[in-house]
Amino acid sequence: MNTESIWLLFVAIGLGTFLLRFLFIYLFGKIAMPDWLRRALRFVPAAALAALVFPALTHPTGHLDLSLHNFRLLAGLGGAIVAWKTRNVLLTILVGMALLWILEAAFGI
Amino acid sequence: MPVYEIMRMNKDFVAGAQGSLPILIGVIPFAMISGVAAVSVGLTFFETVGMSVIVFAGASQLVVFQLMSVGSPWIIMVLTAWVINLRFTMYSATLAPYLQKLSVWQKALLAYMLSDQAFGVSLSHFVVNEKVSHRWYYFGSALTIWVAWQISAIIGALLGALVPVSWGFDFAFPLSFMALMFAALRDRPTVVAALAGGIIAVLAKGLPYNTGLVLATFLGIAAGYLAESLKSGQRAIQ
Repeated sequence: MNTESIWLLFVAIGLGTFLLRFLFIYLFGKIAMPDWLRRALRFVPAAALAALVFPALTHPTGHLDLSLHNFRLLAGLGGAIVAWKTRNVLLTILVGMALLWILEAAFGI
Repeated sequence: MPVYEIMRMNKDFVAGAQGSLPILIGVIPFAMISGVAAVSVGLTFFETVGMSVIVFAGASQLVVFQLMSVGSPWIIMVLTAWVINLRFTMYSATLAPYLQKLSVWQKALLAYMLSDQAFGVSLSHFVVNEKVSHRWYYFGSALTIWVAWQISAIIGALLGALVPVSWGFDFAFPLSFMALMFAALRDRPTVVAALAGGIIAVLAKGLPYNTGLVLATFLGIAAGYLAESLKSGQRAIQ
């Protein structure tokens, strides 16, 4: 990716994100958010983040691998327990990364 | 404007800033991680800081870094980031009544600074405290979080240069999303949304240009919506 297109990418994402933040503050009193949309938006973080997490663990090298040799899946499940119990980003990363390194050091080729 | 009025605004601005201090414990490391991650996918220091200021939405920034590292096309990065940030419309609609009688530019500035944390801190304060100047409290909260985020992202970008590629730092992306995901699981319908979104994303992994990600997100949202409708339907029958 060259320098111009990377800045264009930031501006495109930033502008769209700004509009999402601004829209209903600006439109207040003119257009109310429909109830069904408000209810649907509640599920965005859970659905979007899960859609990112699951394939990253099941497809570490681009194809499906549910075996015990998939260290990212194993370390990810360990990280999931930490994430579930603590909801702490830093702690989840530290434990998950440590598990991955240990598995690779112990069983990796 | 009378002096006591200005003093009251000042007080509410400071109260918003103070109310946000505890949450910085989560904001600072997350922003540092985003800085480290940006450098790990090959962004320069200047690009990292530029993105952090232009976008200012951590989860979507991390998603873009992950998509960059697997060579996704431009349009997918933009679409996916927007989808992740759709939640801001909900915050914006909820805060809107508190942020009126302002000029368009003032609204735009306050909207730009909107974050998960500023929303959470401000709204939970407004619910129990009617008398506060909402705009000043929110401004104090949002600005404090914004400043902490940017400084931490800069520190992260500087630290990022010290992290060797061999550490497999790309694995930190799914791990960070995982922690955010569990924080988003509040009840059974949100769990349904996550399970559906995750499983469909795995099944749709083979679709071209990472389109499975956007598809799975929308189907996950639909599944959560449906689960909630069924739940409230059951309650209505009882």
